Amino acid sequence: MTIEILMPALSPTMEEGTLAKWLVNEGDSISSGDLIAEIETDKATMEVEAVDDGKIGQLLVPAGTEGVKVNTPIALLIDSTELPHTSIKTIADKPYLEKEKITTELKIKKPVKLEPNSSIITVREALRNAMAEEMRSDKKVFVMGEEVAEYQGAYKVTQGLLDEFGNKRVYDTPITEHGFAGIGIGAAFGNLKPIIEFMTFNFAMQAMDQIINSAAKTLYMSGGQMGCPIVFRGPNGAASRVAAQHSQCYASWYSHCPGLKVVSPWSSKDAKGLLKSAIRDPDPVIFLENEVMYGQSFSCPDDDDFLVPIGQANIEKEGSDVTIIAFSIMVGKSLEAADILNEKGIKAEVINLRSLRPLDTETIINSVKKTNRAVTCEEGFPFAGIGAEISAAINENAFDWLDAPVKRVTGKDVPMPYAANLEKLALPQVDDIVNACTEVCYKR
Amino acid sequence: MKKNISSLVKNKSKMNYDLDLLKDMYKKMLLIRRFEEKAGQLYGMGKIGGFCHLYIGQEAVVVGIQSAQMEGDSIVTSYRDHGHMIACDMDPKGVMAELTGREDGYSKGKGGSMHMFSREKGFFGGHGIVAAQVPIGAGLAFAHKYNMNNNVCITYFGDGAANQGQVYESYNIASLWQLPVIFVIENNKYGMGTSVNRSSAGDNLSDRGKAYGIESEIVDGMDIIAVREAAIKAIEYCRLGKGPYILEMKTYRYRGHSMSDPAKYRTRDEVEQIRKTSDPIENIKVLLNKMGVVDKVLKDIDVEIKSIIADAAKFAQDSPEPSPSELYTDITIN
Repeated sequence: MTIEILMPALSPTMEEGTLAKWLVNEGDSISSGDLIAEIETDKATMEVEAVDDGKIGQLLVPAGTEGVKVNTPIALLIDSTELPHTSIKTIADKPYLEKEKITTELKIKKPVKLEPNSSIITVREALRNAMAEEMRSDKKVFVMGEEVAEYQGAYKVTQGLLDEFGNKRVYDTPITEHGFAGIGIGAAFGNLKPIIEFMTFNFAMQAMDQIINSAAKTLYMSGGQMGCPIVFRGPNGAASRVAAQHSQCYASWYSHCPGLKVVSPWSSKDAKGLLKSAIRDPDPVIFLENEVMYGQSFSCPDDDDFLVPIGQANIEKEGSDVTIIAFSIMVGKSLEAADILNEKGIKAEVINLRSLRPLDTETIINSVKKTNRAVTCEEGFPFAGIGAEISAAINENAFDWLDAPVKRVTGKDVPMPYAANLEKLALPQVDDIVNACTEVCYKR
Repeated sequence: MKKNISSLVKNKSKMNYDLDLLKDMYKKMLLIRRFEEKAGQLYGMGKIGGFCHLYIGQEAVVVGIQSAQMEGDSIVTSYRDHGHMIACDMDPKGVMAELTGREDGYSKGKGGSMHMFSREKGFFGGHGIVAAQVPIGAGLAFAHKYNMNNNVCITYFGDGAANQGQVYESYNIASLWQLPVIFVIENNKYGMGTSVNRSSAGDNLSDRGKAYGIESEIVDGMDIIAVREAAIKAIEYCRLGKGPYILEMKTYRYRGHSMSDPAKYRTRDEVEQIRKTSDPIENIKVLLNKMGVVDKVLKDIDVEIKSIIADAAKFAQDSPEPSPSELYTDITIN
């Protein structure tokens, strides 16, 4: 009897991984619970255990193979009496794989264009570089949060910081968001420049009082004496299949409050430039990342002083027929939508907001005056969301230029469901953006 | 006020205490009391709005602790903060002008009674949310340790705040990281209208530090000498890098929780009894008399303080309201 050992999913967002190392050889007898391989995910290197007893018949995927998709057979388990197929050396040689048409090809992605004086790096690396560079140049900057030091970051964003800067600059906290957010704020009042990582912004709700009442309002209540130069950062928005309590966009919550700056990067360039600006900023900055974006690669300037100013949106794609206004992961989806729209003869302009507060109203309004149509995109709930705010700003500033009502593409007005199909329905998809744009262009 | 603590030999009898220091402490306590009485009066006249929490009865706590601090130490407290600001040598004029919501107030009239600050004097507020100042205090202590400046942070909170979760989150981290923070619980027996017995399980609030390995002491907060001695010990401990320390000050507030509190949860007799037997200002006055300070000298101090308070009250009412343009300043720095 032959059992397939499949590439396991080791995190909610894992779609593929690297088979770093086999810990068994073909012909080895194994029991359930034995370690058989090391697999590198976007978050960590994990050891994989056997779930059945038997003998390793074949190792289908050689050690070191990258981009092995979840559920790909990686080995065959045979009865202990059978003989292993030791003669087959590479994947290409394995008739088994051909028969099943299983490939380990990387997901087809658009090639990333390398800009001058830049490197192609992931959003995760860009964030880490931003922190490391600022920590090198300013001794007052330190990092604090759950699992940021010895564990190297729950999402590996702070990887290597402990090694470089030591435990006087990188602090593992207990799981007490309210407490360590408050301690960070106190340290900022004491003239330090803390970067507080929330494992996700879902957990920052525990710290909401400190963020709003202490960090955001104290400057005003002190007549300008008590600046609070702090960055609260971490993943925000939907992850994958983690349900309502762990999948929510908080952009409109924080943007609602005077005293805070709220930024949300899309690309590696945004991530590095905005985070560096946030760390250097004298005010409290909420820095909303996106877990799904961490592993995506973009061209990013190498310069240690590359900054993206807070409050400046970027036009990612120019167009004349409709303005799509998005931030974070929705920028990528908007660009995909723009390509589809292009085929339909609609030229969409895509604005990457980058900052939500202060909002770059000028860029939005100038674009709408050109295109006369606008669609806003966000993962958050529609009610009192960022799209509502943008729509109001357009009404106030460009009403006479509009040829159609502003349309909002948002997450659905429901707590995030767990079931895969429902989750997909709850989240805004590329098609939703395409449909909204064709609607405001009256092309349906 | 910031005397060198090493110049005072501990365990001296009270009679051997430095007379100038005692007179200073008396003066400062009286200044706080008269300030608060005036604030109460101005509130009654409608000159002060919103919430106003008076410190009358608790003066020995902050004045005694302040006498043990050194330059560069920071302090942070709750919304019952007027006494702390005066103890930090903040100008009573600026404090009173903030109470009246005028432009010469410490927060330009934008903070009010509960939200005042002075970086210059090491006073970091004045926080309106019960217990929010506790992690902030631990954070200020974190900054002292990070900067290796040998300073400490005195973090005050009440018995009511002592039941908030963030206090224990702060205890845990402060002990784990050995932060130089002295947690001062001003146990005035009532969190608003609910007595400690009705709100807090266990015998003493200070005992709760034991679970985190934090040293603590219960102190008679109506006896300024006892407060000072305990503060010297606690602050020394912190400065040596041994971590946090808890001082539970058993004290009493004579007035209601805020101005609108009829204080029906306790009897008049209870208040009167404490005023008669353990008033912190009367206590030190008796001691000064015993040490040979004649009534005339004390009287002169009274007169001086009355004039400071009268000036502050006048200043606070003469200072203009903030300009409408102030509405949009100080929201962010840039």
